[in-house]
Amino acid sequence: MTLRADAPPQTRVRRFGRSQRWVHHTTAALMGVCVATAACLYIPQFAELVGRRELVVRIHEWAGLALPVPVLAGLASRAFRADLGFLNRFGPHDRVWLRAALHRDKRRSSRPAGKFNAGQKIYASWIAGASLVMLGTGLLMWFTHLTPIQWRTSATFVHDWLALTIGIVLAGHIGMALGDPEARRGLRTGLVSREWAEREHSLWRH
Amino acid sequence: MNPGQSEAEAPHPEATGRPIGRRVLLGTLGLGALGVVTAPTLQRGLEAFLGSAADKDPTGLTGLLPNGGGFRYYSVASSVPHKNAANYRLRIDGLVDRPATYTLNDLRAMPQTRMVKDVQCVTGWRVPDTPFEGVRLSQLLDAAGVQAEGTAIRFSCFDGTYTESLTLDQARRADVLVALRMQDKDIGHSHGGPVRLYVAPMYFYKSAKWLSGITVTEDVEPGYWEDRGYDVDAWVGRSNGRDDDPTS
Repeated sequence: MTLRADAPPQTRVRRFGRSQRWVHHTTAALMGVCVATAACLYIPQFAELVGRRELVVRIHEWAGLALPVPVLAGLASRAFRADLGFLNRFGPHDRVWLRAALHRDKRRSSRPAGKFNAGQKIYASWIAGASLVMLGTGLLMWFTHLTPIQWRTSATFVHDWLALTIGIVLAGHIGMALGDPEARRGLRTGLVSREWAEREHSLWRH
Repeated sequence: MNPGQSEAEAPHPEATGRPIGRRVLLGTLGLGALGVVTAPTLQRGLEAFLGSAADKDPTGLTGLLPNGGGFRYYSVASSVPHKNAANYRLRIDGLVDRPATYTLNDLRAMPQTRMVKDVQCVTGWRVPDTPFEGVRLSQLLDAAGVQAEGTAIRFSCFDGTYTESLTLDQARRADVLVALRMQDKDIGHSHGGPVRLYVAPMYFYKSAKWLSGITVTEDVEPGYWEDRGYDVDAWVGRSNGRDDDPTS
């Protein structure tokens, strides 16, 4: 519900269909499992609390392996593919948005955005690439007998540092969502208020 | 309510634009690959920097950073009982003439050996110049009297799960201890205390924590991690596909 009790129901517009929401929720759940198990493997206090190292490693490995599956399955949906197209393409307005973000300029007029703003686009592309790097280095650590001598240590090094980076970026992603209830409603119900859409995503043709 | 997306009728900023998203994705992948290739160099530099930073860090947060120096806690059991001087026992049995049970105070009363060497984990981390102190394993074996057919040792732990092994020759080395102290302190529970094995020349998984049993056997019985693919003869720098500098 919006705070405005007088808002008539026809002011809601569709932002996400079933497929996009399913991809987001399953990916988020798998990422959550990866992060939670990683914490139990890595942070000594959690490791002492949980123990069972072999089981935790197995869960972490399989959740990581499954992480790209929802996105790949989502490719079957036209709506999801269209959203990937929006995330991929950067127009002149995205440059304006990024410059304003760099200068901490929070005025609406200096933050033009289509269905996704430039920050969301960069986040989506980066987290996709970073997840694939985690998958690759994770596989090197998993199947140690397949790789030459130095690779396991090198993969561990990249996996550890990138995990820390992803943790920070992911916290930022969740923090942004916590600060915008209407954006969360969009992912939960698929619908957002027309007013929000026009304010936050002025160039989006919904 | 607007049920669908309207079809494009004119050029719109959303419909055109350059594929920057794909480039960010591929760039991230490229950086990841570059990171793997340059990891040995990066790791050396970072370890030196973080090692010195950790000395001046009152918060201890640097200890949580990857390769920030220090030990990592690995336990294969769900929970481990705590033992102290009142209830700790070390049992020596198997192919020996005089099976024996030692209390913590028995072990403390025996001649102690102190060594300062690097600790190297098979997963990559290394802790330099770590003092260990305890009773030479060879002394306990001599006291028990190993029988002629005994050629190997099986170690068991009071976590109820972990096991380790050494050949008799390895076990008799002067740099293999039943350790009571580490970093000049009694070994705490999280480091495998009150008593752990210390096999200086081998990867640290050989240095079983929470040591409770030493059994002389006819053959080497591979331990917990060795059943899961790790080398039984775990010499640092000459096993597990690694080339670390030797520790002893």
